[in-house]
Amino acid sequence: MLARRVIPCLDVADGRVVKGTRFVDLTDEGDPAELAERYAREGADEIVFLDITAAPEGRGTVLDVVRRTASRAFVPLTVGGGVRSVDEMRDVLRAGADKVSFNTAAVATPGLLTECARRFGSQAVVCAIDARRRPPRPPSTAEPVAVAGATTWEVVTHGGRTPTGLEAVEWAQRAVALGAGELLVTSMDRDGTRSGFDTELLRAISSRVRVPVIASGGAAGPEDFVLAVRDGGADAVLAASIFHRQMYSIDEVKQAMAAAGLPVRPVEEAAA
Amino acid sequence: MSAQRPPVVAVLDYGAANMVSISQALVAAGAHAVVATDAAGLQGVDAIVVPGVGAAAPAMVHLRERGLLEPLREWVRADRPCLGICLGYQLFFDRSAEGDAETLGLLAGRTLALEGAPTLPHIGWNTVEAVRPHPLFEGIADGSHFYFVHSFAPAPEDETVVVARTTHGRPFVSAVASGSLYGLQFHPEKSDEAGQRLLANFLRLVVAADGKVAAGGTGAVARGAVVS
Repeated sequence: MLARRVIPCLDVADGRVVKGTRFVDLTDEGDPAELAERYAREGADEIVFLDITAAPEGRGTVLDVVRRTASRAFVPLTVGGGVRSVDEMRDVLRAGADKVSFNTAAVATPGLLTECARRFGSQAVVCAIDARRRPPRPPSTAEPVAVAGATTWEVVTHGGRTPTGLEAVEWAQRAVALGAGELLVTSMDRDGTRSGFDTELLRAISSRVRVPVIASGGAAGPEDFVLAVRDGGADAVLAASIFHRQMYSIDEVKQAMAAAGLPVRPVEEAAA
Repeated sequence: MSAQRPPVVAVLDYGAANMVSISQALVAAGAHAVVATDAAGLQGVDAIVVPGVGAAAPAMVHLRERGLLEPLREWVRADRPCLGICLGYQLFFDRSAEGDAETLGLLAGRTLALEGAPTLPHIGWNTVEAVRPHPLFEGIADGSHFYFVHSFAPAPEDETVVVARTTHGRPFVSAVASGSLYGLQFHPEKSDEAGQRLLANFLRLVVAADGKVAAGGTGAVARGAVVS
């Protein structure tokens, strides 16, 4: 049976792991390749590197991180952030990544998803969708009550600073039609708040697409992973701070998922 | 082959795969991995790995353009060790429904779309259930998880080649073996400890097969880029 994946996410800037930008900046968290290898040993089903390097000249460092990780940790690697062309994606894959995640670039140039899927296959193309709840619209006589009252989410880019006007569920469906083989859905309302995943958003998207949906944004504890899968219909769950700060181990999360009857790849099997 | 020398494994580069991951996983499992982009790159090697993700039709075009089609067929007909992974495994069969492509025809059967799958592509860790014991899976618990990324899977006509099955919606054949030809729908190079164990088992089969081949048959020096 297909296991639900648990995915630690590493924010990488200039070749080092940093804390999420929404938190008070504490310290440099160390070498991404070493941390990725540790997570793999501890049972991570996949590793996501999010390149948040501000300056374009720092981009090369994430390739080096991927190269070093791929030689030591034999689990799937995904790179997000800053990839804007087929050639850039090729470089990331050649360094040893399995997938590339597109966010701002996909919104700006949706055809990029199609080009990259044609060249490398849909399975390598992840569309990252950052979504924020819209305030409910007041009832209007011009539209049915059900539509007026329904929750909707707007796609935002640039770390949530830029509203796009795109409706998140529609964009998700379009991204899949364009070639995305997986969706990484982040609730910007929940990201960094440790108040749980937006399972309503996840369900709205997972019920309308056939590709796997990765839940992101808001994990506080193992129970949130269970809810993201059970209520949100997520195939995989991504988190950063609860793992980096060692509040919970991957094993604890997987044990909670297994106890709730969800299929997982047991950590002891990974470490056997 | 002397016992001291690690088996030389050529990873076929036909523009369709993450060459780094499979090469590094083979090295970690004890192989001397070389990347072969043409027939000359196969000289002196002990085994061939056909990796790959992507679509069947362009993969066949690239294999043909690089002059690898016939050397690969001859290699397998001579029952020399060959491991196909994911798309590489699918190419062993007669045809693929993906783009209705004619494939290598080394095993009878067709590659078909995964039907009844709850999610597609089938991405993630799934259990591999043994149909029969096989040295490839020695030391690996039945039902262990391996990493899959695909939307199609072969349906072998000859049931005797089937080694393991996996279920995603419906059961499909996730591992085959026929003589020294092995095929895996999952990615051992991305499957953590279980995958490393399987690759080490493959290398042991390569060494054992080399003992059966006439002495001195593989003495030539390997060509191609060395991956370390």
